[in-house]
Amino acid sequence: MSKLLIKNGTAVFPDKTEHCDLLLENGKIKEIGASVECAGAKVIDAAGLHIFPGLIDIHVHLREPGFEYKEDIASGSAAAVAGGFTQICCMPNTDPVCDNAAVVGYIVARAKEVGLCKVHPIGAITKGEKGESLAEMGKMKDAGAVAVSDDGRPVSDARMMRLAMEYASDFGMICLSHCEDKSLVDGGVVNEGYNSTLAGLKGIPRAAEEVMIAREIILAETLGKHVHICHVSTKGGVQLLREAKARGVAVTAETCPHYFALTDDVILGYDANTKVNPPIREAEDVAAIKEGLKDGTLDCIVTDHAPHHRDEKSVEYNLAAFGISGIETSFSLAYTELVKGGVLTLERLAKRMSGAPAKILGLAGGVLAVGAPADLMIADLGEKYTIDSGKFRSKGKNTPFDGREVYGRVKYTIVDGNIKFEA
Amino acid sequence: MLGKDLLGLYDASAVDILQILDTAVGMKKLLTQNLKKLPHLQGRTVTTLFYENSTRTRCSFELAAKYLGAGTVNISSSSSSVQKGETLIDTGYTLDAMKNDVIVIRHPMGGAPHLLARHVKASVVNGGDGMNEHPTQALLDFYTMREKFGSFKGLKVAILGDIKHSRVAKSNLFGLTKLGAEVSIYAPATLMPQGIGRLGAKVARSREEALAGANVVMGLRIQLERQQGGLFPSLSEYSKYYGVSEEHLKFADKDCIVMHPGPVNRGVELTSGVIDAPNSKITEQVLNGVAVRMALLFLLVKNRKGGEANE
Repeated sequence: MSKLLIKNGTAVFPDKTEHCDLLLENGKIKEIGASVECAGAKVIDAAGLHIFPGLIDIHVHLREPGFEYKEDIASGSAAAVAGGFTQICCMPNTDPVCDNAAVVGYIVARAKEVGLCKVHPIGAITKGEKGESLAEMGKMKDAGAVAVSDDGRPVSDARMMRLAMEYASDFGMICLSHCEDKSLVDGGVVNEGYNSTLAGLKGIPRAAEEVMIAREIILAETLGKHVHICHVSTKGGVQLLREAKARGVAVTAETCPHYFALTDDVILGYDANTKVNPPIREAEDVAAIKEGLKDGTLDCIVTDHAPHHRDEKSVEYNLAAFGISGIETSFSLAYTELVKGGVLTLERLAKRMSGAPAKILGLAGGVLAVGAPADLMIADLGEKYTIDSGKFRSKGKNTPFDGREVYGRVKYTIVDGNIKFEA
Repeated sequence: MLGKDLLGLYDASAVDILQILDTAVGMKKLLTQNLKKLPHLQGRTVTTLFYENSTRTRCSFELAAKYLGAGTVNISSSSSSVQKGETLIDTGYTLDAMKNDVIVIRHPMGGAPHLLARHVKASVVNGGDGMNEHPTQALLDFYTMREKFGSFKGLKVAILGDIKHSRVAKSNLFGLTKLGAEVSIYAPATLMPQGIGRLGAKVARSREEALAGANVVMGLRIQLERQQGGLFPSLSEYSKYYGVSEEHLKFADKDCIVMHPGPVNRGVELTSGVIDAPNSKITEQVLNGVAVRMALLFLLVKNRKGGEANE
């Protein structure tokens, strides 16, 4: 087994950021120290660079099987490591739906074959994501699933969700809930407010998200189960979560870069790359999302990486697919908006993008520590660059951030001690 | 200065609007003299591309183009076909390749004209897009108001009806506030959009408040599917609490005019007594619509680079 020695860098630990060397051996972090030497090890000179625990994204769409024209496990994994991610969890809305052990097993096997980052499938909550009967959670868990979700097709029936939370917990899994009351969405495509009226596009009220967050909180609280809330986008959602956590409810939550780096002013040009679900909200929501990330109400940052073909976005706004290809811009946007913006320290950023998501789903990794998996990301925080979707490894070029100047470029992504990406 | 396209009045200046209205004065004079074989657009082609049913707007554009000597082509496509078959951008490329000078588009989805305009060399005119804008309807409304009152400064315009889904209300609001008029609006809460106050409208709390001292009373068409969608309980309840009858008109200025973009649901948004009264301008609006569209088509083509055709 080869050895990798990272010299002269600045490492981001949970409680401190300091100059040190790291020696990786046999897939683990072997040694951390002020000056580590090791004969025969390959050396990365990380002078001027920062070393983070490998980023972990627990909400991505890899589109395989079924929608390989949008993305596949190979292109999605390549995009992930280019974005600094060493572990990703993929949602089950494939074709066929990932609602059984066979599909879970296929994704696991294909991801190993690709061999870039670690890919953990998320199984469906209900068969076919139809919301009618529970999927075989136990068998999916044994095949490698790490959680369950009907992402994008939320379980509208409260009893079914209750049963899912109870049953999933038997297998040590949690439900990841995409909160959206479809009756309130009613065909909306953007946030309901001033800009939806100005653009003449049908609005999605914040209530569509918040009523289901409230339902999940109440279910988790009364059942004593853990529930995880996907892609929180509203001020009211953050408030509901803050209050629930204060009373001790076992609820965790995530948000995405587009909910803290954009306001819905971007929809006014009718660029379908701004169409995402939940929709991009207003300035007061952005402020609340940042506050939630700061005080820990929002545990982690995910991308909801949702690659689509260009043809699915080059149409009327109403007809375009929802979603943003986000895995290659997430770190830079988070670093620029949150760390340079004074919301998070580097240690907190590492926690939100690695430590916390690992803990929520019980994944190994997420911290730089001796004995931990040698999953690392090395970035040049001083490097400023312009986002260019033309250079994405992802097949999905659908981003509203094209042309945006950001800081913090991923230089190396290392998985189990092997360099999987080098800029 | 008008650009290549007219996509909405939110982006138009008062100067643009007044230029169109001023040009329309001459066009209306020609029309009233029954001069309908004019040379202004000879050798040019205007295509109407309608993804939604329309009689008056499509016919008005077509006649406006024909009266000015342009060749016209009409393409109608049911809105269900929007979701299948050729994409809007591909249709645009095709129409462009056929050397159209102007494409008038009506579409059930907001922003469709903007998408088309970004991909064609022809001038694009928004003939109504979803809940967004209907600029030429608003321009003909302005023309009608100015003909009666001479100016917009301090003019009080009351708009009653389904504001939420109305592209007519929005284009009127955007233009009128730029021209110095006051716009008050009234609708059931289920048909009132968010943030409309920030766009410059005075949101009235009652029908009487909306109508108080109004110089212009504009009713908006209620689409039957809004009632079916549960946004209000019945047409009779709508007309009782939100419609305008001769009784309600007493709250408006005694010299007021009544307008409606048509087609009218008699007895729902306006009573027949209001529609057929001498101060009703609903039919005159239709004539003005042709004049305003003649003016707009003429100006857009004239403004094209060097006045050249699409080549």
